[in-house]
Amino acid sequence: MASTITLAVTRYRPEEEAEPTVETYTVPFRKDWVVLDALNHIKDHQDGTLSYRWSCRMGVCGSCGMMVNGSPKLTCAAFLSDYAPGPVRVEPLQFFPIVRDLIVDIGEFLHKLKKVKPWIVRAEEQPLSEGEYLQTPDEVDAYKAFSMCINCMLCYSACPIVGLESHFTGPAAIALAQRYNLDSRDQGASGRVEILSDHEGMWGCTFVGDCSRVCPKNVDPAAAIQQYKLTTAVDTLKSWLLPRGSR
Amino acid sequence: MNGDMSGGAGLHHVGDGGMTRRAGLQPGHAYMRYHPKWYRRRMSVWWWLQKGSYAQFVLRELTSVAVAFFAFIFLWQVWALGQGPQAYAHVVARLGTPLAVVLSVVGFVLVLYHTVTWFNLAPAAMVVRVSGRRVPGWMVAAANYAAWVLLSAVVAWFFLGANQ
Ligand code: SF4
Ligand code: FES
Repeated sequence: MASTITLAVTRYRPEEEAEPTVETYTVPFRKDWVVLDALNHIKDHQDGTLSYRWSCRMGVCGSCGMMVNGSPKLTCAAFLSDYAPGPVRVEPLQFFPIVRDLIVDIGEFLHKLKKVKPWIVRAEEQPLSEGEYLQTPDEVDAYKAFSMCINCMLCYSACPIVGLESHFTGPAAIALAQRYNLDSRDQGASGRVEILSDHEGMWGCTFVGDCSRVCPKNVDPAAAIQQYKLTTAVDTLKSWLLPRGSR
Repeated sequence: MNGDMSGGAGLHHVGDGGMTRRAGLQPGHAYMRYHPKWYRRRMSVWWWLQKGSYAQFVLRELTSVAVAFFAFIFLWQVWALGQGPQAYAHVVARLGTPLAVVLSVVGFVLVLYHTVTWFNLAPAAMVVRVSGRRVPGWMVAAANYAAWVLLSAVVAWFFLGANQ
Protein backbone atom coordinates (compact mmCIF):
# COMPACT_ATOMS: atom_id res chain seq x y z
CA MET A 1 0.00 0.00 0.00
CA ALA A 2 1.34 3.42 -0.93
CA SER A 3 2.26 5.51 2.08
CA THR A 4 1.07 8.84 0.74
CA ILE A 5 -1.77 10.19 -1.36
CA THR A 6 -2.11 13.47 -3.21
CA LEU A 7 -5.03 15.87 -2.88
CA ALA A 8 -5.79 18.52 -5.49
CA VAL A 9 -7.61 21.12 -3.47
CA THR A 10 -9.45 24.19 -4.77
CA ARG A 11 -8.16 27.41 -3.28
CA TYR A 12 -9.84 30.76 -3.62
CA ARG A 13 -8.35 33.74 -1.85
CA PRO A 14 -10.51 36.65 -2.91
CA GLU A 15 -8.09 39.21 -1.51
CA GLU A 16 -5.41 38.08 -3.89
CA GLU A 17 -6.91 36.22 -6.81
CA ALA A 18 -9.87 36.77 -9.06
CA GLU A 19 -10.54 33.08 -9.68
CA PRO A 20 -10.12 29.84 -7.80
CA THR A 21 -6.91 27.92 -8.32
CA VAL A 22 -5.82 24.41 -7.46
CA GLU A 23 -3.15 23.50 -4.97
CA THR A 24 -1.82 20.00 -4.45
CA TYR A 25 -0.85 18.53 -1.11
CA THR A 26 0.57 15.15 -0.27
CA VAL A 27 -0.60 13.57 2.95
CA PRO A 28 -0.02 10.22 4.66
CA PHE A 29 -2.29 7.56 3.26
CA ARG A 30 -4.04 5.72 6.04
CA LYS A 31 -6.78 3.17 5.68
CA ASP A 32 -8.90 4.71 8.41
CA TRP A 33 -8.62 8.27 7.10
CA VAL A 34 -11.42 10.12 5.41
CA VAL A 35 -10.96 13.14 3.15
CA LEU A 36 -11.68 15.41 6.10
CA ASP A 37 -8.80 13.84 8.06
CA ALA A 38 -6.52 14.63 5.14
CA LEU A 39 -7.72 18.25 5.08
CA ASN A 40 -7.16 18.54 8.83
CA HIS A 41 -3.68 17.12 8.37
CA ILE A 42 -2.97 19.76 5.73
CA LYS A 43 -4.30 22.51 7.94
CA ASP A 44 -2.33 21.36 10.99
CA HIS A 45 0.98 20.50 9.33
CA GLN A 46 1.26 22.08 5.92
CA ASP A 47 -0.89 25.11 5.31
CA GLY A 48 -2.88 26.74 8.06
CA THR A 49 -4.61 29.08 5.63
CA LEU A 50 -6.72 26.35 4.05
CA SER A 51 -10.36 27.05 4.88
CA TYR A 52 -13.25 24.59 5.03
CA ARG A 53 -16.18 23.74 7.28
CA TRP A 54 -16.65 20.77 9.52
CA SER A 55 -17.86 19.95 12.96
CA CYS A 56 -19.11 16.53 14.04
CA ARG A 57 -16.92 14.17 11.96
CA MET A 58 -19.70 11.62 12.07
CA GLY A 59 -22.21 12.47 9.36
CA VAL A 60 -24.59 14.32 11.64
CA CYS A 61 -23.99 18.05 11.39
CA GLY A 62 -24.01 18.27 7.60
CA SER A 63 -21.33 20.94 7.40
CA CYS A 64 -18.46 19.10 5.68
CA GLY A 65 -20.02 18.67 2.23
CA MET A 66 -17.60 19.12 -0.69
CA MET A 67 -17.13 17.80 -4.18
CA VAL A 68 -14.82 14.80 -4.06
CA ASN A 69 -13.70 13.73 -7.52
CA GLY A 70 -16.67 15.60 -8.94
CA SER A 71 -19.39 14.14 -6.72
CA PRO A 72 -20.96 15.83 -3.70
CA LYS A 73 -19.88 13.97 -0.55
CA LEU A 74 -19.71 14.37 3.19
CA THR A 75 -15.93 14.49 3.53
CA CYS A 76 -16.13 12.94 6.98
CA ALA A 77 -17.65 9.86 5.38
CA ALA A 78 -15.53 9.70 2.21
CA PHE A 79 -12.65 7.28 2.81
CA LEU A 80 -9.34 8.06 1.12
CA SER A 81 -8.97 4.38 0.32
CA ASP A 82 -11.98 4.60 -1.99
CA TYR A 83 -10.07 7.16 -4.06
CA ALA A 84 -6.65 5.50 -4.05
CA PRO A 85 -4.19 5.83 -5.65
CA GLY A 86 -5.36 9.43 -6.18
CA PRO A 87 -4.96 12.26 -6.78
CA VAL A 88 -8.21 13.13 -5.01
CA ARG A 89 -9.91 16.25 -6.31
CA VAL A 90 -11.50 18.27 -3.51
CA GLU A 91 -13.65 21.23 -4.55
CA PRO A 92 -16.30 23.39 -2.92
CA LEU A 93 -19.92 22.26 -3.38
CA GLN A 94 -20.88 23.17 -6.92
CA PHE A 95 -23.68 25.61 -7.83
CA PHE A 96 -23.03 27.64 -4.66
CA PRO A 97 -21.08 30.90 -4.63
CA ILE A 98 -17.60 30.33 -3.22
CA VAL A 99 -16.58 32.52 -0.30
CA ARG A 100 -13.10 31.14 0.28
CA ASP A 101 -11.30 27.91 -0.60
CA LEU A 102 -13.79 25.12 0.14
CA ILE A 103 -16.35 27.33 1.85
CA VAL A 104 -19.53 28.23 0.03
CA ASP A 105 -22.21 30.75 0.83
CA ILE A 106 -25.30 28.96 2.11
CA GLY A 107 -27.41 32.08 2.60
CA GLU A 108 -29.64 31.35 -0.38
CA PHE A 109 -30.29 27.84 0.83
CA LEU A 110 -31.27 29.05 4.30
CA HIS A 111 -33.62 31.56 2.75
CA LYS A 112 -35.29 28.85 0.65
CA LEU A 113 -35.54 26.57 3.65
CA LYS A 114 -37.31 29.17 5.73
CA LYS A 115 -39.67 29.99 2.90
CA VAL A 116 -41.36 26.57 3.02
CA LYS A 117 -42.18 26.82 6.74
CA PRO A 118 -40.43 23.66 7.84
CA TRP A 119 -42.10 23.50 11.22
CA ILE A 120 -45.45 22.36 12.55
CA VAL A 121 -48.09 24.88 11.57
CA ARG A 122 -51.31 24.86 13.59
CA ALA A 123 -54.42 26.89 12.99
CA GLU A 124 -54.82 26.86 16.71
CA GLU A 125 -52.50 25.37 19.30
CA GLN A 126 -54.20 23.01 21.66
CA PRO A 127 -53.89 24.14 25.29
CA LEU A 128 -51.12 22.57 27.38
CA SER A 129 -53.69 21.02 29.66
CA GLU A 130 -54.73 18.70 26.82
CA GLY A 131 -51.25 17.24 26.70
CA GLU A 132 -49.00 16.52 23.77
CA TYR A 133 -50.02 15.74 20.20
CA LEU A 134 -49.99 11.97 19.93
CA GLN A 135 -49.10 9.98 16.83
CA THR A 136 -49.37 6.33 15.96
CA PRO A 137 -46.28 4.51 14.62
CA ASP A 138 -47.90 4.54 11.18
CA GLU A 139 -48.34 8.30 11.35
CA VAL A 140 -44.67 8.67 12.21
CA ASP A 141 -43.67 6.34 9.38
CA ALA A 142 -45.52 8.52 6.89
CA TYR A 143 -42.89 11.27 7.16
CA LYS A 144 -39.96 9.71 9.02
CA ALA A 145 -37.64 9.18 6.04
CA PHE A 146 -38.03 12.80 4.98
CA SER A 147 -37.24 13.99 8.49
CA MET A 148 -33.74 12.50 8.43
CA CYS A 149 -32.34 15.45 6.45
CA ILE A 150 -29.22 17.04 7.96
CA ASN A 151 -29.22 20.07 5.64
CA CYS A 152 -25.89 19.11 4.14
CA MET A 153 -26.91 20.51 0.73
CA LEU A 154 -25.28 17.68 -1.21
CA CYS A 155 -28.57 17.33 -3.07
CA TYR A 156 -28.36 20.96 -4.22
CA SER A 157 -24.90 20.32 -5.59
CA ALA A 158 -26.17 17.29 -7.47
CA CYS A 159 -29.10 19.07 -9.08
CA PRO A 160 -28.52 20.68 -12.49
CA ILE A 161 -31.74 22.67 -12.11
CA VAL A 162 -30.24 24.38 -9.05
CA GLY A 163 -27.24 25.27 -11.23
CA LEU A 164 -29.33 26.54 -14.11
CA GLU A 165 -32.05 28.29 -12.13
CA SER A 166 -30.71 29.70 -8.90
CA HIS A 167 -34.19 30.60 -7.64
CA PHE A 168 -35.35 26.98 -7.70
CA THR A 169 -36.35 26.06 -4.14
CA GLY A 170 -34.42 22.81 -4.47
CA PRO A 171 -34.59 19.24 -3.21
CA ALA A 172 -34.03 19.40 0.56
CA ALA A 173 -36.35 22.37 1.15
CA ILE A 174 -39.21 20.81 -0.85
CA ALA A 175 -38.64 17.45 0.82
CA LEU A 176 -38.85 19.16 4.20
CA ALA A 177 -42.06 20.91 3.19
CA GLN A 178 -43.45 17.49 2.31
CA ARG A 179 -42.15 16.10 5.61
CA TYR A 180 -44.39 18.57 7.47
CA ASN A 181 -47.30 18.13 5.06
CA LEU A 182 -47.30 14.43 5.90
CA ASP A 183 -47.11 15.03 9.63
CA SER A 184 -50.49 14.34 11.22
CA ARG A 185 -49.94 17.21 13.68
CA ASP A 186 -49.43 19.78 10.95
CA GLN A 187 -52.10 21.95 9.34
CA GLY A 188 -49.93 24.09 7.09
CA ALA A 189 -50.14 22.09 3.85
CA SER A 190 -52.40 24.52 1.99
CA GLY A 191 -50.13 27.45 2.84
CA ARG A 192 -47.08 25.55 1.62
CA VAL A 193 -48.76 24.58 -1.64
CA GLU A 194 -49.24 28.25 -2.41
CA ILE A 195 -45.56 28.88 -1.82
CA LEU A 196 -44.40 25.86 -3.81
CA SER A 197 -46.81 25.72 -6.75
CA ASP A 198 -44.79 27.79 -9.19
CA HIS A 199 -41.86 26.98 -11.42
CA GLU A 200 -39.47 27.98 -8.67
CA GLY A 201 -41.12 25.44 -6.42
CA MET A 202 -41.99 21.82 -7.04
CA TRP A 203 -42.76 22.27 -10.75
CA GLY A 204 -39.22 23.48 -11.34
CA CYS A 205 -38.12 19.91 -10.68
CA THR A 206 -37.75 17.80 -13.81
CA PHE A 207 -36.88 14.60 -11.94
CA VAL A 208 -33.25 14.13 -12.83
CA GLY A 209 -33.06 12.11 -9.61
CA ASP A 210 -29.43 12.76 -8.68
CA CYS A 211 -30.41 14.44 -5.41
CA SER A 212 -31.63 11.11 -4.09
CA ARG A 213 -28.53 9.30 -5.32
CA VAL A 214 -26.14 11.54 -3.39
CA CYS A 215 -28.15 11.96 -0.19
CA PRO A 216 -26.15 10.51 2.72
CA LYS A 217 -29.29 10.03 4.80
CA ASN A 218 -31.47 8.26 2.22
CA VAL A 219 -34.01 11.04 2.41
CA ASP A 220 -34.97 10.52 -1.25
CA PRO A 221 -35.89 14.17 -1.92
CA ALA A 222 -36.74 13.33 -5.57
CA ALA A 223 -39.49 11.01 -4.39
CA ALA A 224 -40.75 13.63 -1.95
CA ILE A 225 -41.06 16.19 -4.75
CA GLN A 226 -42.81 13.82 -7.18
CA GLN A 227 -45.25 12.73 -4.47
CA TYR A 228 -45.89 16.35 -3.67
CA LYS A 229 -46.60 17.06 -7.36
CA LEU A 230 -48.94 14.11 -7.57
CA THR A 231 -51.01 15.09 -4.51
CA THR A 232 -51.15 18.71 -5.67
CA ALA A 233 -52.32 17.68 -9.15
CA VAL A 234 -54.92 15.29 -7.75
CA ASP A 235 -56.18 17.94 -5.32
CA THR A 236 -56.49 20.48 -8.13
CA LEU A 237 -58.38 17.99 -10.26
CA LYS A 238 -60.71 17.24 -7.38
CA SER A 239 -61.38 20.91 -6.83
CA TRP A 240 -62.47 21.19 -10.46
CA LEU A 241 -64.58 18.07 -10.59
CA LEU A 242 -66.13 17.59 -7.20
CA PRO A 243 -68.74 19.76 -5.52
CA ARG A 244 -67.40 21.74 -2.59
CA GLY A 245 -68.60 19.60 0.28
CA SER A 246 -67.08 16.31 -0.79
CA ARG A 247 -63.47 17.39 -1.33
CA MET B 1 -18.03 52.74 -0.13
CA ASN B 2 -14.86 51.76 -1.84
CA GLY B 3 -13.01 54.93 -0.92
CA ASP B 4 -11.18 55.25 2.35
CA MET B 5 -11.48 51.74 3.60
CA SER B 6 -10.03 49.81 0.76
CA GLY B 7 -8.42 52.49 -1.35
CA GLY B 8 -9.84 51.03 -4.54
CA ALA B 9 -9.00 47.98 -6.52
CA GLY B 10 -6.05 46.09 -5.20
CA LEU B 11 -4.70 49.01 -3.21
CA HIS B 12 -5.93 48.43 0.28
CA HIS B 13 -3.25 48.75 2.93
CA VAL B 14 -4.14 46.48 5.73
CA GLY B 15 -1.96 45.29 8.52
CA ASP B 16 -2.52 41.62 7.95
CA GLY B 17 0.97 40.44 8.76
CA GLY B 18 1.94 40.00 5.16
CA MET B 19 -0.79 37.43 4.49
CA THR B 20 -2.02 39.34 1.49
CA ARG B 21 -0.02 38.25 -1.48
CA ARG B 22 -0.80 40.82 -4.09
CA ALA B 23 1.06 39.29 -6.97
CA GLY B 24 -1.89 37.39 -8.37
CA LEU B 25 -4.38 40.21 -7.98
CA GLN B 26 -5.95 41.10 -11.23
CA PRO B 27 -6.96 44.59 -12.29
CA GLY B 28 -10.56 45.41 -11.47
CA HIS B 29 -10.73 42.84 -8.72
CA ALA B 30 -11.69 44.94 -5.75
CA TYR B 31 -11.65 43.26 -2.39
CA MET B 32 -12.83 44.94 0.73
CA ARG B 33 -11.68 43.53 3.99
CA TYR B 34 -14.32 41.64 5.96
CA HIS B 35 -16.64 41.68 2.96
CA PRO B 36 -17.10 38.46 1.08
CA LYS B 37 -16.27 38.50 -2.57
CA TRP B 38 -18.08 35.51 -3.95
CA TYR B 39 -16.98 33.53 -6.91
CA ARG B 40 -19.75 32.01 -8.97
CA ARG B 41 -18.87 29.43 -11.55
CA ARG B 42 -20.83 29.61 -14.76
CA MET B 43 -22.53 26.46 -15.81
CA SER B 44 -21.23 25.13 -19.10
CA VAL B 45 -23.75 24.63 -21.90
CA TRP B 46 -22.40 21.07 -22.02
CA TRP B 47 -23.40 20.36 -18.42
CA TRP B 48 -25.61 17.47 -19.53
CA LEU B 49 -22.59 15.62 -20.91
CA GLN B 50 -20.68 15.80 -17.67
CA LYS B 51 -22.48 12.98 -15.95
CA GLY B 52 -24.16 9.83 -17.21
CA SER B 53 -27.28 10.50 -15.17
CA TYR B 54 -27.60 14.02 -16.60
CA ALA B 55 -27.29 12.70 -20.16
CA GLN B 56 -29.90 10.02 -19.46
CA PHE B 57 -32.24 12.67 -18.14
CA VAL B 58 -31.83 14.95 -21.17
CA LEU B 59 -32.33 11.98 -23.48
CA ARG B 60 -35.50 11.04 -21.62
CA GLU B 61 -36.83 14.57 -22.07
CA LEU B 62 -35.90 14.69 -25.76
CA THR B 63 -37.54 11.36 -26.53
CA SER B 64 -40.88 12.97 -25.72
CA VAL B 65 -40.68 14.35 -29.27
CA ALA B 66 -41.06 10.76 -30.50
CA VAL B 67 -44.03 10.30 -28.18
CA ALA B 68 -45.67 13.36 -29.74
CA PHE B 69 -44.87 11.98 -33.20
CA PHE B 70 -46.71 8.74 -32.49
CA ALA B 71 -49.61 10.54 -30.88
CA PHE B 72 -49.94 12.54 -34.08
CA ILE B 73 -49.83 9.40 -36.24
CA PHE B 74 -52.42 7.77 -34.02
CA LEU B 75 -54.79 10.74 -34.33
CA TRP B 76 -54.25 10.74 -38.08
CA GLN B 77 -55.20 7.05 -38.26
CA VAL B 78 -58.31 7.54 -36.14
CA TRP B 79 -59.34 10.51 -38.25
CA ALA B 80 -58.87 8.45 -41.45
CA LEU B 81 -60.90 5.61 -40.03
CA GLY B 82 -63.76 8.03 -39.54
CA GLN B 83 -63.46 9.15 -43.17
CA GLY B 84 -64.05 5.68 -44.52
CA PRO B 85 -62.09 2.73 -45.97
CA GLN B 86 -60.55 4.65 -48.86
CA ALA B 87 -59.04 7.34 -46.66
CA TYR B 88 -57.77 4.70 -44.27
CA ALA B 89 -56.16 2.68 -47.04
CA HIS B 90 -54.44 5.83 -48.18
CA VAL B 91 -53.01 6.45 -44.71
CA VAL B 92 -51.84 2.85 -44.43
CA ALA B 93 -50.11 3.17 -47.81
CA ARG B 94 -48.39 6.36 -46.70
CA LEU B 95 -47.19 4.71 -43.51
CA GLY B 96 -45.75 1.85 -45.55
CA THR B 97 -43.24 3.92 -47.48
CA PRO B 98 -39.58 3.22 -46.64
CA LEU B 99 -39.12 6.65 -45.04
CA ALA B 100 -42.17 6.18 -42.83
CA VAL B 101 -40.97 2.74 -41.79
CA VAL B 102 -37.51 4.05 -40.85
CA LEU B 103 -39.09 6.92 -38.91
CA SER B 104 -41.38 4.52 -37.13
CA VAL B 105 -38.59 2.16 -36.14
CA VAL B 106 -36.37 4.96 -34.83
CA GLY B 107 -39.34 6.57 -33.13
CA PHE B 108 -40.31 3.29 -31.55
CA VAL B 109 -36.87 2.81 -30.02
CA LEU B 110 -37.01 6.33 -28.59
CA VAL B 111 -40.49 5.78 -27.21
CA LEU B 112 -39.34 2.52 -25.63
CA TYR B 113 -36.53 4.39 -23.88
CA HIS B 114 -38.97 7.07 -22.75
CA THR B 115 -41.48 4.58 -21.45
CA VAL B 116 -39.04 2.33 -19.65
CA THR B 117 -37.21 5.20 -17.94
CA TRP B 118 -40.49 6.75 -16.79
CA PHE B 119 -42.02 3.51 -15.58
CA ASN B 120 -38.90 2.78 -13.58
CA LEU B 121 -39.27 6.19 -11.92
CA ALA B 122 -42.97 5.78 -11.24
CA PRO B 123 -42.59 4.01 -7.86
CA ALA B 124 -40.83 7.09 -6.45
CA ALA B 125 -43.79 9.31 -7.23
CA MET B 126 -46.59 6.91 -6.33
CA VAL B 127 -47.12 5.85 -2.78
CA VAL B 128 -49.78 3.17 -2.99
CA ARG B 129 -51.16 1.80 0.22
CA VAL B 130 -53.17 -1.35 0.48
CA SER B 131 -54.77 -1.86 3.89
CA GLY B 132 -52.30 0.51 5.51
CA ARG B 133 -49.13 -1.09 4.09
CA ARG B 134 -47.08 0.55 1.39
CA VAL B 135 -46.99 -1.48 -1.80
CA PRO B 136 -43.34 -2.20 -2.76
CA GLY B 137 -41.90 -0.16 -5.60
CA TRP B 138 -41.38 -3.02 -8.03
CA MET B 139 -45.10 -3.83 -7.86
CA VAL B 140 -46.02 -0.25 -8.75
CA ALA B 141 -43.66 -0.44 -11.73
CA ALA B 142 -45.01 -3.86 -12.69
CA ALA B 143 -48.57 -2.53 -12.64
CA ASN B 144 -47.52 0.23 -15.03
CA TYR B 145 -45.89 -2.27 -17.39
CA ALA B 146 -48.96 -4.51 -17.27
CA ALA B 147 -51.24 -1.60 -18.12
CA TRP B 148 -48.91 -0.70 -20.99
CA VAL B 149 -48.99 -4.20 -22.48
CA LEU B 150 -52.75 -4.40 -22.08
CA LEU B 151 -53.43 -1.03 -23.71
CA SER B 152 -50.99 -1.78 -26.53
CA ALA B 153 -52.79 -5.06 -27.17
CA VAL B 154 -56.14 -3.28 -27.33
CA VAL B 155 -54.81 -0.68 -29.77
CA ALA B 156 -53.12 -3.37 -31.90
CA TRP B 157 -56.31 -5.41 -32.02
CA PHE B 158 -58.26 -2.31 -32.97
CA PHE B 159 -56.05 -1.40 -35.92
CA LEU B 160 -54.99 -4.84 -37.11
CA GLY B 161 -58.60 -6.00 -36.80
CA ALA B 162 -59.87 -2.98 -38.70
CA ASN B 163 -57.35 -3.69 -41.43
CA GLN B 164 -58.93 -6.97 -42.46
S1 SF4 C 1 -32.03 15.77 1.52
FE1 SF4 C 1 -30.17 14.53 1.91
S2 SF4 C 1 -28.60 15.47 0.57
FE2 SF4 C 1 -30.27 16.95 0.76
S3 SF4 C 1 -29.68 18.28 2.45
FE3 SF4 C 1 -30.97 16.66 3.32
S4 SF4 C 1 -29.55 15.06 4.00
FE4 SF4 C 1 -28.40 16.42 2.62
S1 FES D 1 -18.38 16.89 9.86
FE1 FES D 1 -20.48 16.76 10.45
S2 FES D 1 -21.34 15.72 8.75
FE2 FES D 1 -19.24 15.65 8.28
